[in-house]
Amino acid sequence: MTSAVEFKKTSRHFGKVKAVDNVDLTIGEGEFFAMLGPSGSGKTTCLRLIAGFEQPTQGEILIFGESAGGVPPYLRNVNTVFQDYALFPHLSVAENVAYGLMIRKVEKSKRIRAAEEALAMVRLEGYGDRKPSQLSGGQRQRVALARALVNKPKVLLLDEPLGALDLKLREEMQEELKGLQRSLGITFVFVTHDQGEALSMADRVAVFNDGKVMQVGSPQDIYHRPKTRFVADFVGSSNVLDGTFPGKQPNKNVAASLRPEAIRIVKSGGHEADIISVSFLGAVTRIGVDVGGCKLQVLVDKAQSSLAVGQKIRVNWSNDDLHYMEAASE
Amino acid sequence: MRSDQSNRASTGLKLAAIAGLLFMHLPILLIFVYAFTTEDKTYQFPPPGYTLKWFAITWNRPDVWEALQLSVKVASISTVIALVLGTLCAAAVSRSKFFGREAISLMVILPIALPGIITGIALRSAFNLADIPFSMWTIILGHATFCVVVVYNNAVARFRRLSGSLIEASMDLGATGIQTFRYVVMPNIATSLLAGGMLAFALSFDEVIVTTFTAGQQATLPIWMLEELVRPRQRPVTNVVAMVVVLVTFLPILGAYYLTRGGDQIAGSGK
Repeated sequence: MTSAVEFKKTSRHFGKVKAVDNVDLTIGEGEFFAMLGPSGSGKTTCLRLIAGFEQPTQGEILIFGESAGGVPPYLRNVNTVFQDYALFPHLSVAENVAYGLMIRKVEKSKRIRAAEEALAMVRLEGYGDRKPSQLSGGQRQRVALARALVNKPKVLLLDEPLGALDLKLREEMQEELKGLQRSLGITFVFVTHDQGEALSMADRVAVFNDGKVMQVGSPQDIYHRPKTRFVADFVGSSNVLDGTFPGKQPNKNVAASLRPEAIRIVKSGGHEADIISVSFLGAVTRIGVDVGGCKLQVLVDKAQSSLAVGQKIRVNWSNDDLHYMEAASE
Repeated sequence: MRSDQSNRASTGLKLAAIAGLLFMHLPILLIFVYAFTTEDKTYQFPPPGYTLKWFAITWNRPDVWEALQLSVKVASISTVIALVLGTLCAAAVSRSKFFGREAISLMVILPIALPGIITGIALRSAFNLADIPFSMWTIILGHATFCVVVVYNNAVARFRRLSGSLIEASMDLGATGIQTFRYVVMPNIATSLLAGGMLAFALSFDEVIVTTFTAGQQATLPIWMLEELVRPRQRPVTNVVAMVVVLVTFLPILGAYYLTRGGDQIAGSGK
C-alpha cells in the first residue's frame, strides 16, 4: 500500500500547549481515514498540518512520499472542506466551485463545464447562479465538497463536515460521502468527534487524545479491541472493569472493557444487580446497574417496560466479551 | 406584550425633538438663502432681493479656484494614504495576534479623539524641529493622521466579520497571498473601504484647526472662507462656496451611510 500521507514523529506545539505530540501515522492511498477524538485532542491540527496551514515544530509530514516541509498550502495537491464551509459570499455557487480552476488559469468554457460536472456530482445541478447565502446548510456543504473535488486533489481533507447538519441530513451525507470516496478513489481524511460517524464511514480510524494517537485500526479493532481505557471509554462508552469487578478475578494490573450490549439479563446465575437508571433510547434501552459496588451500563435491545429503577435483576456476560487491556494506560 | 400607547412619544417630546432638529439645520438653510441675496455687506434678514449673480462672481474669482484645488488635492492624497495605511493596519490588528496589538489599536484611534488643536500644535512643533518647510505636504500629513482612523475603523469592522477560513480556503484552492487579496479579501472589504475613504475625504475637505497649524501660506477652502468672512465685501461669495462645501461633503457621507448599512451577517460563515 502506497502511503498518501505520512506523519513522522510530528509535533506541533503552541508555546507550552502540545497540540500534536510526536505523532507517527501512515494514511494509505485511496483510504477513507478518520481522525477521531474529543475537542482539543489535536485531530484538527493534524488536518491543518496536512493542508499546510500549520507547520510542524518537530518531525515532518510526507505527502505521497515527498516532504511537505515549507510547502505553502497553495502548492499542495490537497484540498479541504472546512467546518464552516468557507464559501466565498461574494461569488455565485458556480464561481465558488470554479475558483480553484480560475486561479490555475483554466480556460473559462472548460472551467464552467468542470464546475457544472462537479455540481452534478453532489446533486446540485442548476444551482450555479445562486449565491451561497441562498442555500440551505446541507446544500452549502455539497458546494464546499464540489469546490474541493473539482480540483481533483490527491487527498481530500474534511474538517467535521457534517457537524452543522441535522441528524437525517447527516446520515444521508455519510452515505453520499462514502459513495463518492469509493467511486473517485481519492484518499479522504476525515476529522470528527462523533465515534458513530467514524466507525460507520472509515476504513481505518485513529483515536486522538491530548495530541497523541491512542490507537489506529479498523473500526472493528477500535470498537472490540481497544488498547487503552481512553479508547474503550471514548469509542462507544464501554464499561471499564478494573481489579475489583465481580466474577472472575483477573490480574490486579489489568483492566477489561465490556461492551454494554454484551451484558445480558438472565433469570438465574450470573450476578445480582440493582437498577439505578433507565433511559429509553428508541431502538434500545440503556440501563445503569450496580453490581456489587461496580457500576455498569447495559443495553437491552427491546424496550422492556418492566424494568424500573430500584428493581433487582441478574446480569451475566460471557468471558469472551471481556477485552483485557493495560490498567495503567489512560 | 407590546402596548402601542406606551411606545408613542408624548406631544411635548415630539415638539422638543422637532425644535432640536430645526435648531441644528435651519442655520444651514440660512447660509443657502444668503447665497442669493442682493445685499453684500451685512447679513440682513429677510434679504432685500434675490439674485444669481454671486454664482457668476464666484466662478470668476481665481482665489476660490485656488483654494478649491488645494482642498481637493489635500483631501484626495490624504484619503489615498489613509486607505493604504488604514487597511494594512486593520488587517494586522484583526487577522493576527501579536504583542501590543491592543495598544496599537488604541494609538491608531487616538488622533480622532485628541482635540484638533493639540494634533495641530504637536505637528507644527514637530515640523519645526525637523526643519520641514510648511507646504501642501505638511497639510496632507496632518490630515492623514485622522483620515487613517476612519478608514481603519471601517476596515477593522469588516475584517472582523470576514471569516478567517475564507482566506485559508482561497490558499487551499491554490491562490497565493496576492491572488487571495485580489479575489477574496478585496471584494469583501471594498464597500467598507469606499465608505471609509468617503468619510476621510469629507473630514479632510472641511478641516480647519489642524490645517491652520500645518499650512504655510496656502489656504484650503475652509481657511479661505474663514478669511473671507472677516472682509465685508462680496460676502455672499462665501455663502456660495459654503453651499458647494456642504454638497461636496454631504454626498460622500450619505454614500458611506448607505454602503455600510446592513450586512450584519458574518461573511463566509454559512451555518
